[in-house]
Amino acid sequence: MTPDITPITMPKFGLAMTEGKIAGWLVEPGTQVTAGEELVDIETSKITNTFESPVAGLLRRHVAANGEMLPVGALIGIVADAAVADADIDAFITRFQADFAAASDQPDGAEAADEPVMMQVGAHSLRVHDRGAGDGTPLVLIHGFGGDLKNWMLNHAALAHGRRVIAFDLPGHGGSSKDVGPGTLAFFADVTAQLLAHLDLSRVHVMGHSLGGGIALTLARTQPALVASLTLIAPAGLGPQINMDFINGFIEADRVRGVQDVLKYLVHDKALIGRRMADDVLRYKRLDGAEAALRKVAEACFPGGKQGDDLRPVLAAADMPATLIWGQADEILPVAQADGLPGSVTRHILPAIGHMPQLESATAVNEVVEAFIGHEVATA
Amino acid sequence: MSKKSFRQAINEALRQEMRRDPTVILMGEDVAGGRGGSAGTPDAWGGVLGVTKGLYEEFGETRVLDTPITEASYIGAAAGAAVTGLRPVAELMFVDFVGCCLDQIMNQAAKFRYMFGGKARTPLVIRAMYGAGFNAAAQHSQALYPLFTHIPGLKVVIPSSPYEAKGLLISAIRDDDPVIFLENKVMYDVEEEVPDEPYAIPFGEANLTREGDDVTIVAFGRMVGMANEAADRLAKKGIGCTVIDPRTTSPLDSETILDCVADTGRLVIVDESSPRCNMATDIAALVAEEAFDTLRAPIRRVVPPHTPVPFATVLETLYMPSVEKIEAAVTATMNHRVTEKV
Amino acid sequence: MQIARETLLRSYRAMRTIRMFEERLHVEFATGEIPGFVHLYCGEEASAVGVCANLTDNDTIASTHRGHGHCIAKGVEVAGMMAEIYGRSTGVCRGKGGSMHIADLACGMLGANGIVGGGPPLICGAALSHKTLRDGGVAVAFYGDGASNEGTTLESLNLASVWQLPAVFVVEDNGYGEATAASFACAGTQKDRAAGFGMPYIECDGSDYFAVHEAAGEAIAHARAGKGPVMLHVHLQRWYGHFEGDAMTYRAPNEVAEAKRDHDCLKLFRERVTQAGLFEDSVLDEVDAAVTDEIEAAVLQAKDDPLPQSADLLADVYVRY
Repeated sequence: MTPDITPITMPKFGLAMTEGKIAGWLVEPGTQVTAGEELVDIETSKITNTFESPVAGLLRRHVAANGEMLPVGALIGIVADAAVADADIDAFITRFQADFAAASDQPDGAEAADEPVMMQVGAHSLRVHDRGAGDGTPLVLIHGFGGDLKNWMLNHAALAHGRRVIAFDLPGHGGSSKDVGPGTLAFFADVTAQLLAHLDLSRVHVMGHSLGGGIALTLARTQPALVASLTLIAPAGLGPQINMDFINGFIEADRVRGVQDVLKYLVHDKALIGRRMADDVLRYKRLDGAEAALRKVAEACFPGGKQGDDLRPVLAAADMPATLIWGQADEILPVAQADGLPGSVTRHILPAIGHMPQLESATAVNEVVEAFIGHEVATA
Repeated sequence: MSKKSFRQAINEALRQEMRRDPTVILMGEDVAGGRGGSAGTPDAWGGVLGVTKGLYEEFGETRVLDTPITEASYIGAAAGAAVTGLRPVAELMFVDFVGCCLDQIMNQAAKFRYMFGGKARTPLVIRAMYGAGFNAAAQHSQALYPLFTHIPGLKVVIPSSPYEAKGLLISAIRDDDPVIFLENKVMYDVEEEVPDEPYAIPFGEANLTREGDDVTIVAFGRMVGMANEAADRLAKKGIGCTVIDPRTTSPLDSETILDCVADTGRLVIVDESSPRCNMATDIAALVAEEAFDTLRAPIRRVVPPHTPVPFATVLETLYMPSVEKIEAAVTATMNHRVTEKV
Repeated sequence: MQIARETLLRSYRAMRTIRMFEERLHVEFATGEIPGFVHLYCGEEASAVGVCANLTDNDTIASTHRGHGHCIAKGVEVAGMMAEIYGRSTGVCRGKGGSMHIADLACGMLGANGIVGGGPPLICGAALSHKTLRDGGVAVAFYGDGASNEGTTLESLNLASVWQLPAVFVVEDNGYGEATAASFACAGTQKDRAAGFGMPYIECDGSDYFAVHEAAGEAIAHARAGKGPVMLHVHLQRWYGHFEGDAMTYRAPNEVAEAKRDHDCLKLFRERVTQAGLFEDSVLDEVDAAVTDEIEAAVLQAKDDPLPQSADLLADVYVRY
């Protein structure tokens, strides 16, 4: 090191400090300082401290500006005799910075922003994942009871070609706020409509799974102009029967094993239910208010252990195209509920598949959806 | 949901529980920090490492109580307050200071319920920093969780990440038994996504942070991150590791440990506490007793030597378990060949 | 200070109950039927009763290894205590605590305590609860001259002063910590210790119920009014050994005899109230007879009560585990 040049580095105050912010220089370059003279205020996550000059000399440079956050040991200023040339100081700084960067070797982690974001929609804070772009009519994905937007993890990106595809967490679910109002299908349909208005979308394809299918149907009834088409995966509302062992078990389970056990109702191939999936469900279920929200929804939508809403008339009267996907081995809502629907509704019954075809048979589902709404776009 | 540091996650848990329940109070040395000082800044510190910063400002001196430096009296007071209607969260600063107040924890708080025939509830949380890696030397670096785990009546929590810290601390505060909540001081600036809402992670249920078929690694607190890193490196070499974070040493989720050992047949335990009568020996004994026939190789322990924690960086580094030491232990257990006895 | 007749009669009964409870234990312990060990409070009755006569169930006390007197004075049920000492499942602690851990949180009794100096920190906490919850309660730590030298006690005096807690520290000074005299073991004076923490100090003769009642009343009123903690120094004589079986070879042969002759709180109480015309001897005799019956019944019941079951071994370690 050049003996005439003294680097002033980010100090370490106390045991835990790893970085600090230049809260404010107290001495301007060109000022003669004495050892112990207050030089700069440093702010850490807990406290602001004044750093005193370790040496006497002429403060030549502020290398770090006010407001900059730097790791401990990083160069923040230079004290050097007036005789030292600026070029020498520049060279010193360059060398110091290179050595310091090599020593700390921290990867710069700027990440792409294809992530869900929180949106305030009316009284609700909703987690929304908006992917894709293009001229196609956007597609909105509505998950089922106890689910969240990750239920679409095998479909969302795959379908987001040439159009926006928007998945979101219903109130009371996933990362959204936990107030579920009356907990009814009409309530959720209304929130969905509010979200679409918030996103400035006047007409969308709607794909709903299970309870989300019931919500899609309800939206088709209350706001038909919004709904370009309906893709219903094992939807609620087409029959009274529902597996309440799943519903109640899901509400009550608070440990990985219990959750895994109830999640097995959802699929035909039980090996699909891994521990990570249960962990994910628990991350949501542990949130204060989640269990109460689920109870409220269950009470509103499945009073007395039966589905309370009969939406068959909606499907019969609907003007928009509709398609139905159902797993033959569905243990939550029996596939027989797909029977007796208007002939205009195309049905795709998938053998050896349970209540979540979009996960268990993602490729087939994506192909059906692509063909269905791709066709609609083509003819629109 | 947003990125939060370990420190912020703990602060948020305290703040949210104090808002939810007016009987939750905080006490400890400098939890506000600065009372009576000439600067007139009663919350100058917010804890020696800033974990409780801002709580005095929101909740005031009746809820955030600075104590004199007298661990025995205020930890005892926290125990006394807990059985008479409050939910105190007492900060012991460094867990090493337990030597000054072990009676209040071990003989009083831990035993009230049993001694009094089930009539007492002691909703007490004692937070303390533990762990080496900071050149804090022998009296400020210990990992004393085995000491507490040994004492019936106490629950012992060791969070391994910000998400875990928030959810486990909320559970600790809502719990009706005395809970020792240990924070690794090296982890305060570790960040990850943590929900903004309150949530409670139940005690006694282990978390699997990696899943693999070959070796089970059980690790505690900060060691979980190291075990994960070792597992990721080993995965590239074709060795699959399951990493278990037990979250709590008391209660201990022995079922998950035994299940995983049954699946992999090999066990490595990573424990940064002193090696005699620690969690590694405890779990080794459990597996030896309950799952001997499932083992395909001897159990390996990655633990420090039986010495106080040294000061100098070079010695402290030697002392501590590391990713490399974990990798070596896993590799050794993989390389073990059973020889038939003649 | 005027003490209500009813309070006086209740106090007399409490003191007599403690005396008979302890004397009966002294006899029964010698038969070998009582497990463990017991520390008797005989001779010190006026202290517990004189203090607790100023308290309600809303107030809290912490006791010591010599805790039976405090328990009875605070209102813990006598039959349950006896059953506990006999290790029966009907005991106040279901046979899990024994003599040294009798507690009844419902009547503000935080427990006898097997650790010398264990109580004062707890009382700081109880006082903090009273203060924080604004329930008007006061917390009282009973501790001996031996415990007055424990760091926990001295720390608690400081903490209570720093936090201005509604706490009273009652030093029951019977002159001996186990076998070692306070004159040997306690440096300085209790009074100076209180002064050292900026705490008011009151002392009284522990064989005089009226003196204790008045001094404790003053101390407790001070604390209850939010004026901070007080030390109450009660001078006492212990009639039995540190524990049962202690032959007290460290005490001069006449020391206890003189205490019994000149400083028997029950005798002094009776003299005072009968001479003042407050009570006829016959009224007090009736109390004595009733207490005799109560203790007899408690012993018989305790001996007859069921032992804990094996399942009790694992119960109540935690609220939930």
